[in-house]
Order: sequence, then C-alpha cells, then structure tokens
Amino acid sequence: MVFWRKKKNITEQDKQDHDDRFIHRPGDPALEPSTEYDPEIDASLKHEIEDPVADIDELEETPVPEHTLVEDAQESEDLSDHTEEGGWLSRLTKGLAKSTNKISQGITDVLTKKKLDQDMLDSLEEVLIGADLGPKTAAALVADFAKDRFGKDISEEEVKEALSGSISAMLSPVAQPLEITPPANGGPYVILVCGVNGVGKTTTIGKLAQHLKQKEGRSVMMAAGDTFRAAAIEQLQIWAERTGSPLVTKEVGADAAAVAYEAYEKAKEQGSDVLLIDTAGRLQNKANLMAELEKIVRVLKKQDENLPHATLLVLDATTGQNAYSQLESFKSMVNVTGLVVTKLDGSAKGGVLVGLADQFGVPVHAIGIGEKMEDMQPFNADEYARSLTGLNAA
Amino acid sequence: MFESLSEKLGGVFDSLRGKGTLSENDVMAAAREIRVALLEADVALPVVKDFIETVKQKATGQEIVKGVNPGQQVIKIVHDAIIELLGSEKDPMQFGTPPCAYLMVGLQGSGKTTSSAKIAKHLTNKHNKKVLMASLDVYRPAAQEQLKQLGEQTDITTLPIVEKQKPLDIAKRAMDVGRKEGFDVVILDTAGRLSIDETLMDEISQIKKTINPIETLLVADAMTGQDAVQTATAFDAAVDITGIMLTRIDGDARGGAAMSMKAVTGKPIKLLGTGEKIDALESFHPDRIAGRILGMGDVVSLVEKAVETVDQDEAKKMAAKFKKGKFDFNDLLSQMQQMKKMGGMGAMMKMMPGLGKMAGQLDEAGVDDSHMKKQEAIIFSMTNKEREKPDLLNASRKKRIAAGSGTTVQEINQIVKQLKQMQTMMKRMKKMGAGKMMGMMKDMMGGDMAEMADAMNPEALAEDMAGIDEGGLGPNPFAPGGALAGQSMPGDLENLLGNSSQPHGGKKKNRKKKKR
Repeated sequence: MVFWRKKKNITEQDKQDHDDRFIHRPGDPALEPSTEYDPEIDASLKHEIEDPVADIDELEETPVPEHTLVEDAQESEDLSDHTEEGGWLSRLTKGLAKSTNKISQGITDVLTKKKLDQDMLDSLEEVLIGADLGPKTAAALVADFAKDRFGKDISEEEVKEALSGSISAMLSPVAQPLEITPPANGGPYVILVCGVNGVGKTTTIGKLAQHLKQKEGRSVMMAAGDTFRAAAIEQLQIWAERTGSPLVTKEVGADAAAVAYEAYEKAKEQGSDVLLIDTAGRLQNKANLMAELEKIVRVLKKQDENLPHATLLVLDATTGQNAYSQLESFKSMVNVTGLVVTKLDGSAKGGVLVGLADQFGVPVHAIGIGEKMEDMQPFNADEYARSLTGLNAA
Repeated sequence: MFESLSEKLGGVFDSLRGKGTLSENDVMAAAREIRVALLEADVALPVVKDFIETVKQKATGQEIVKGVNPGQQVIKIVHDAIIELLGSEKDPMQFGTPPCAYLMVGLQGSGKTTSSAKIAKHLTNKHNKKVLMASLDVYRPAAQEQLKQLGEQTDITTLPIVEKQKPLDIAKRAMDVGRKEGFDVVILDTAGRLSIDETLMDEISQIKKTINPIETLLVADAMTGQDAVQTATAFDAAVDITGIMLTRIDGDARGGAAMSMKAVTGKPIKLLGTGEKIDALESFHPDRIAGRILGMGDVVSLVEKAVETVDQDEAKKMAAKFKKGKFDFNDLLSQMQQMKKMGGMGAMMKMMPGLGKMAGQLDEAGVDDSHMKKQEAIIFSMTNKEREKPDLLNASRKKRIAAGSGTTVQEINQIVKQLKQMQTMMKRMKKMGAGKMMGMMKDMMGGDMAEMADAMNPEALAEDMAGIDEGGLGPNPFAPGGALAGQSMPGDLENLLGNSSQPHGGKKKNRKKKKR
C-alpha cells in the first residue's frame, strides 16, 4: 500500500511538473542535462576557448618565437640541425616542408607580381583546395584576400603573408596546448581518446604519455579500452612498456566502459596524475558504436561528474572533408574538448583543420609528425599557417 | 551538410526551360556547381578539372529531353561519366601458379591488416584457395600479433612470427613455406608507410621485385582527401599496383578518393571494405560510388543494410501482420529497434535520394534519435496486453505508463495517436502502390514540414522504390510493396512532427545489447 501511495504521489507530482512544462513549452530549454544537444554547453565552451587564448598568446610571446620563426635560409638550416635532438619546430618544419614546398610552389606559379585578376584568384583558390581546405573555406579565404587588393599589383611575398595571416587568424583561437590541472576533488586527470579507425589513437596515447612523463613529470596510467580490434591491447601494452606506464586491461570483448571504470579506481588508488583511456576506432555514422562510446563517458560520470576531464578526438591529416562529419558526430556524442591531428609528416596537409576551427572552434592541442615516441608537438597556429603558405620553407 | 548537386543545378537551369539544346554557356554555368560538388566529395582537384572538360564536351549540344529538367539531364551525364571513369566492369582477382603472392600496401591506418584477413577469408571460402598470411610489419607495435589473431579468428594459417627478422626476409620465408606446404595464395601484409618516406618506399619496391606478386593492392581509406592523388601516384610508381581496395566505405565519406586514384593510376578499384566484420568485403560497384560522390544517396546500400540488419523471422511475422492490416505497439517497437540498428534516423535519411537536405534540416532543428529512445521507454512500460491492444489504454493506465517511463500523459497520447495513424496507413497501403506512398507522406506532414517535403523528389524516390521492387529481394518486407517507405520512414517522421519541442527525456535506458 505504502508503495502504491508513494507511486501515486510521484505520479501526481510529475503530472504537475509536466503540465507546467507543457504550458510554457515554446520557449523552454531542454530540462534534461543532455551532453549531446545542448546549445548552452556549446556557448560556454566557446567562452572557455576564447578566454584563455589571450593569456596563451601573451605567454607564447616570451620564450622563442623570434628565433624560431626566422625566414632566412641560414637560420632554417640551423633549425634542421636540431632534428636529431628532436626540437619540435625543426621537426614540424621538416615534416611540413614537404607539404609546404608543394603549396608554395603552387603560389609562386600563380603569382609573380602582376595585377590581381579573377584568373589569379581562381588559381589561388585551387592551391588551397589542393591542401584539403575544402571548396567553401578556400573560396572564403580567397575572397577575404581579394577584398582590398583586386586590380592592384602584388608580389608573391605579399600573397603568402596575407594568406598566412588569414589562416593564422582562423587557427590561433584554437591553438591551445592540453593543460592538465589536477582535479580539485583528487583522483587522476582523465583523458578519453577517441576517433575513427586507423587515425592513430593508440600511438597518440603512447606519445602523450611520454610527453606527460618526460616534459611535465606526471605519472601516467593507461586503460586499454579497445577490447575489440585484434591485438589492440598488445599494441597499447608495448606503448605502456616503452613509456613505463602501468596499464589496466581486461579480456578481449570485455565492456570498454568497465575497463574505464576500473582503470579510474585503480589510478585513484595508486595516485596517478593522469589516466589515458584508449578506445576502439569507430566510424561516426555507426549509431551503436557511438552509443557504446557515450556509455564509457556515462559510466565514468558515475565515479565523478567531471569525468572525463578531457576528451580528445584524433584526426588523420589525410582525411578530407569527412573530418567535418567526424568532429560533428563525436562532439555531439561525447563532447570533444580537443583535437590531435596525426600524420602531418606525410604529404597530406590536413587543411580541413582551418575550416574545422572556423566552424566548431574546438581547440587543437597537438600534432603527430612521426611514429616515434617524441613525434608529437603542440599545435602552433602561426607556424602551421606560415608553413602551409610556404613562408618558412628554406 | 552537403547540398545535393541536383538542388544546385536546379537553380542554374531554371532559365533554361524551353530551349532545344544545351549550349556551351549553359554547361559552363553548371560546371562550377559540379566542380564544387566533386571537391566537397574529396575528388582531387586535377582530376576534377579533367573530368569537367570531359563532361563539357559530352553535354554541349545535347538535345534537351522533353519532360526532363535540364539539371537532371546534366546530372545524368555527370553520373555516367563518373561511372565510365571508375571503370564499368568488375575486375576479378587474379591467380597464378601456386603459391602466388598478394602484396598489400598503403598508408598507416588505411586498414591493410583487416583487409588482408578479409581477402584471405574470401579466397578461402569463395575461391577454394589455401591461403597463408604473413605480416611484414616489423615497425608498428603488435602489428604481427594483430594478423596472427585475425588468422586465429578466421582459421587462416599465418606465418609463425620470428623476432627481429627483416620484412624482405619474412616475405621470402613466407613464399618458402607457401611452396613447401602447398599454399595457393600467400598474402603479404606490409607496414603502413608514407608515400614520401624514401627508405620505406625503397623497401617495399625491393620486396615487390623479389617476390613478384600477382596482385599488388593499394589499400586506401575512403575518407582520404586531396592527398589520394599523391599516395596513389607514389605507390603506383614504386610498386606498380594492380588494383585498389577502398576501405571504410561503410562510413559517411563521399568517397571521391575512388575517382582520384582511378584517374591518376588507371588501376581498377577491385574491392571495397564495408565494415569491421571479417566478411565485410564487396566487389566494386561503380554506379553506387558515383551516386555517393554526387550526393545522390545510395539506395542500394540502404536496402542491403536493411536486408542485413533486419531479423528475417521477425520480418516475416510482421509482413503477415501487415497483410491483415494489423499494427500494434510491438510492431512499432521492433520497427524502432530495426531503425536503430541501421544507424538511426539521420544515417538512413542521408542514404535516401533526395532526403539529404531534409536530414540536414532535421539536424539543424536539433531533432535526433532521442525521441525514439523516449518512445521505446513508453512501450517498455506497457504490459503485454496493452501493447497488443492499444485500446486498453485508459487514463489510469496512461498515468502508470507515464510514471514508469518518465514521460507525460501527453506524450503517451501522442504515441497512441501515431500508432492509430499508422494503423490507418497500413490499411490504406494495402490498396495502393509504392509511388503514391510519397505523396501521402507529403500530405501527412503539412505545416512547416511541407517545405522539407519539397526538398524530396517524390517521383525519383518512387522510381527508386520501384527499382527495388524489381530487384526482387526475396522475403524481405522492406522491398516488396515499398514497405520501406511505408512503414519505417513515415512512422518516424510522424514522431518527429509531434515531439520536436518536448522538453523531457526518458530516464529508463532500454538499450538493446550491442552486437559486435
């Protein structure tokens, strides 16, 4: 009886609530705090993105830029000498040089100080499209470029500077290194790494662990959340050994959410600073696999509402315009907080990043430029833009 | 969201009505739209340029067919030209004197290892070959282990792993074992490499020279962007590929890379990787890829997906019920679950020709599959009797269900209304063909949705549906009688209409167990 009464009360209360809601319906925001489709969250995210940028810009002025951003050939050579030492700029320059040569060659072909006309603009647009910027972004950039210059004499250098400036302006708001802040209520800082198949999630985790340990002196634990793909666990195991990080695994076919949950408990118990959770690759249009990913987040939130502290989406620089769909889907499903772009040492330039930055404003934390442990670097908008337009190439 | 080419061309050709032939200027106007469409589909720029020249030549001076929108006529020309470029016939796998080698090459993460196992399984099952697999990937951690495990899963023999052996030596050893143990085919899975990595490209070309494989397949990701040209050219130059395998075609990438790579290498696309399961391998269909690239939807894939995911027994049961014009909550539930299995509302809409724009509008409106979840929760909160006899639902029962599912009585009324409408439709459907279905759908929607409905092309859809009918897909109720259009789609559209601004979500999570 008691049970029944209780139920009835709840029903009535609910009904009242619902009726209220029903009356106010048109303007009402969604009541359930959905991680998927909440415009409010997006807005706040954008704020977070915009605020720290100012600080970061100031911070970044101080250390090296003048030295590293040199245009002259002599210094560039010096820089490439650092390759063996693994200086990030030299590696980036080296990695991007191949990309750069092609794109800057293209621009050189297009313009050698003459009047800017439509044909030239078209060719310029094509150069950008060739770098995977996509037809729309390329058109917008070129239009922006042509605004005050149409019909005027222009040199190759000016073209490069202007383009690099526009690209950099689009990218600098999102160029933010991954900052680990120890959670206020204790426990490890949890980073969930997701992405489509074959983009380099596991390798990224290996590099990230190395970076966190070596450069930031943090203790790292890994969780083998890819319980599906053959030998995925073994692969992460090797990275765990290389970086000297403890690894939490379960058997093949186990629930990835359970792995994450247990890993968090273990990391908390052992006092690890950071927990890196690997996940299976999944195509963004597979609803059931995406739901599985969402479950990992949901289960983690049972431990602590703030988990995971960061959700990284790994993007392959080779990917074309599908990257939009990837970011959109993953963002709506698990609220991606940052991007890592891999394989930038290849011939692909990942130019789609420019459009992504413009449309989504999700921070780009790091880039992958090789298969070695050290081959990961923070993303530097200016550097990337300048390299893309050929300003840094020796 | 991509606007489909037909919508864009619609605008371009509006002024053209009444003319006799397509003039060069008309074609030029269309060319820009075609260019953007192809670029958005990731077809590489040099390929796009050449392709557009071809299309211009073909289209200029063509007589405008009466009753056909010139835009559609140009699309047809483009579509056919893409098919021609992609290669119109199937290219079979080759075999040589045993043991013949298959060399798998490609960038990192393109799916070489999984593809190796898929091909091995295919050759074993369909061609009755005895296949040995060997991994030459000594670089990526646990790569050899991955192939070994795939071998165990698929019952394909793999070459025992010898630590510290060089790729070329592994290849030689594999061929030795192949000879001695009487294997027909030896599949050599290689490490992923960048096309600009000279050391590794030399290594692979050395292997190619030494082993002389009968097939050298470039494995490439369907999501690849402009770089497809560079990759394909470099690999073709280094190892003279015999064909291309395009992976992750089950994703939502438009797959322009297929066109780029075929155009620059002239090598056929032989196989498609269509999923993570080991049997997810298909031969290449140029017409389907052409449709995808143009954003015209992929009805064949949709139907195949339906056939693949729909439980046949359940489908038969349902079909029998439909014949009697019966439709209860159990049917609605199983429909929703099937839809979920097929990738949800949006994924399906994107595959429907002409519905792409609509899917985009739904996205913008913030409508998603969560309504389906809520409705599922409602049905789960009903007793079996209530599900079978919706008429049983009186006020107090509704209150109980609302409390059980964390919804409101209004929402329950909505789903009941929806069910009633579907029942009516079932009865009407018996009396009409697939073509009229779409018109009805339009009537049903009304209001704001009418605009969306305009984004669809009822005739084209009906035609497609009719095509499916003729295809004869056996006992699948999704095909005969256009039931696909009839039952799944309007049901959920209806649902979207009613619920799009409801602020409350179900608490109860009734996810089906995931199958992986």
